Amino acid sequence: MAIADEIKERLNDKVMDWYQHSSRRIYFSAKPKYIREVARLLFQDFGLRFVIATGQDTPGGLEILYHFSFDKTGEMISVRVLLEDKKKPEIDSLVTMFPAAEWIEREIWELLGINFIGHPNLKHLLLIDDWPQNQYPLRHKREV
Amino acid sequence: MSHKVIIPIGPYHPLQDEPEFFRLYVEGEKVIDIDIVIGYLHRGIEELSEHKHFDQVAFLVERICGICSTSHPFAYVNAVEDLAKIEVPERSLYIRTIIAELERIHSHLLWLGLAGHFIGYNTVWMWAWRYREPILDMFEMITGNRNHYAMMKIGGVRRDIKEEDIPVLKKALDDLVPAVNMFKGAVMDDPVIKSRLKGLGILTKQQAIDWCVEGPTARASGIKIDVRKDDPYGAYDRINWNVIVEKDGDIFAKTVVRILEMLESISIIRQCLDKMPKGEIDANVKDIPPGEGIGRVEAPRGECFHYVRSDGTNRPIRHKIRAPSYMNVASNKVAAVGGTISDAAITLAAVDPCYCCTERLAVINKSDNKKIMSGWELIKLSQEKTSRIRKEMGFHD
Repeated sequence: MAIADEIKERLNDKVMDWYQHSSRRIYFSAKPKYIREVARLLFQDFGLRFVIATGQDTPGGLEILYHFSFDKTGEMISVRVLLEDKKKPEIDSLVTMFPAAEWIEREIWELLGINFIGHPNLKHLLLIDDWPQNQYPLRHKREV
Repeated sequence: MSHKVIIPIGPYHPLQDEPEFFRLYVEGEKVIDIDIVIGYLHRGIEELSEHKHFDQVAFLVERICGICSTSHPFAYVNAVEDLAKIEVPERSLYIRTIIAELERIHSHLLWLGLAGHFIGYNTVWMWAWRYREPILDMFEMITGNRNHYAMMKIGGVRRDIKEEDIPVLKKALDDLVPAVNMFKGAVMDDPVIKSRLKGLGILTKQQAIDWCVEGPTARASGIKIDVRKDDPYGAYDRINWNVIVEKDGDIFAKTVVRILEMLESISIIRQCLDKMPKGEIDANVKDIPPGEGIGRVEAPRGECFHYVRSDGTNRPIRHKIRAPSYMNVASNKVAAVGGTISDAAITLAAVDPCYCCTERLAVINKSDNKKIMSGWELIKLSQEKTSRIRKEMGFHD
């Protein structure tokens, strides 16, 4: 069974809107509360490599896409979570599972203002330390 | 009682002359912790990209980095072609591959020279950079530029390789093989380099997995990943070549991986020049539909990742860029800890960090403290250690 099908089966009802864009690009959505569970399954059980996360400001809320790569077949599996509450967006941090998430979570925190619960070192990465509070460069201007 | 001393390195990297800041926490000679501060080069390219139309972005991302200046546009066009499901003419796939591989050779030579300089082998530095010159000439011949080649375009390439240039390119490659073999001998057979770099700055396989490193850094730790093989793009699945893997995870292994990769790159370019079919080089793409696409490229330092989302207008609404150094530099946190100060600088440089890539506003933090160790002091420290090893082994300077 292909890895994608196995993942789909194991995650069962936690998977929403599964779609395959091309032969090696798969996207699906998950509820934010399940992110640790989903990431553990992908990273630890299936041995996928965490590539990066893309934070994005969309009309429906703040979205994070976690990109994982299965290097044996070259498939990219991207998990989409939508944080609808733009006033106080937060999600569980993945740093304790794999340290590679540390920088990107700091980056998304400072550029989009998403709070990562449980991140041990949530401080500025790219912006200056005295960057004004509540100003997030990647949030769309029309809402500021 | 703790005798913890803090040594700040930076904000200029002692080896690469690029701005970043390392805070080393040391006890005696031993590094016990490290704090990495980046952000000095952040230019907000992801945001800028949302204000340019799809064709312009290729030139914008080319300017992320001067060394891997084709990897970023390559990954970007791969992403847009994945988004819009564009079929690219066969010939342009080969041309793209040739450019990407030439870039790998020049980048590895650049690193090799700097690494040599850093441990006190200035001859390696001079020779490596001397042989990098003909590569830049080849670039100039094909693209008209020694750097920032501006070859990538959505749906193809911007310039063709002329038939009459092919023998000249092949000759230049032939001349390069003995040079790379010379470096291979000089590094792999030299007892001093071996004892200087072996067992230094080790990144174990498990650490490499946890920190999600890639490229030569991962392959030197025994992880066989290479986007060119795993998720083929360009013409990599149409030719024969090998992924170079080493097991030890130390700086020596990283050096060996890079040198052997240059030989593979030469072979890839030769095959491409032979197999390249005649025909169109551009698919003449008009519109980009709404959707999202991911493009990956094995840059000289590892996997370069681009994610593009379109809403059907002529600009991307989101363009995420992740350069390989973003993951690799962070792994210094484990690789440099446990080593000594005289090894710190070469260890930090062993992942071939590229800060322009990692940060994509210029900000200067005025509150930085003053007792900063200068780059030259660190290089001296490192060179002195090599010279000590040489003396112990009975060599004379």
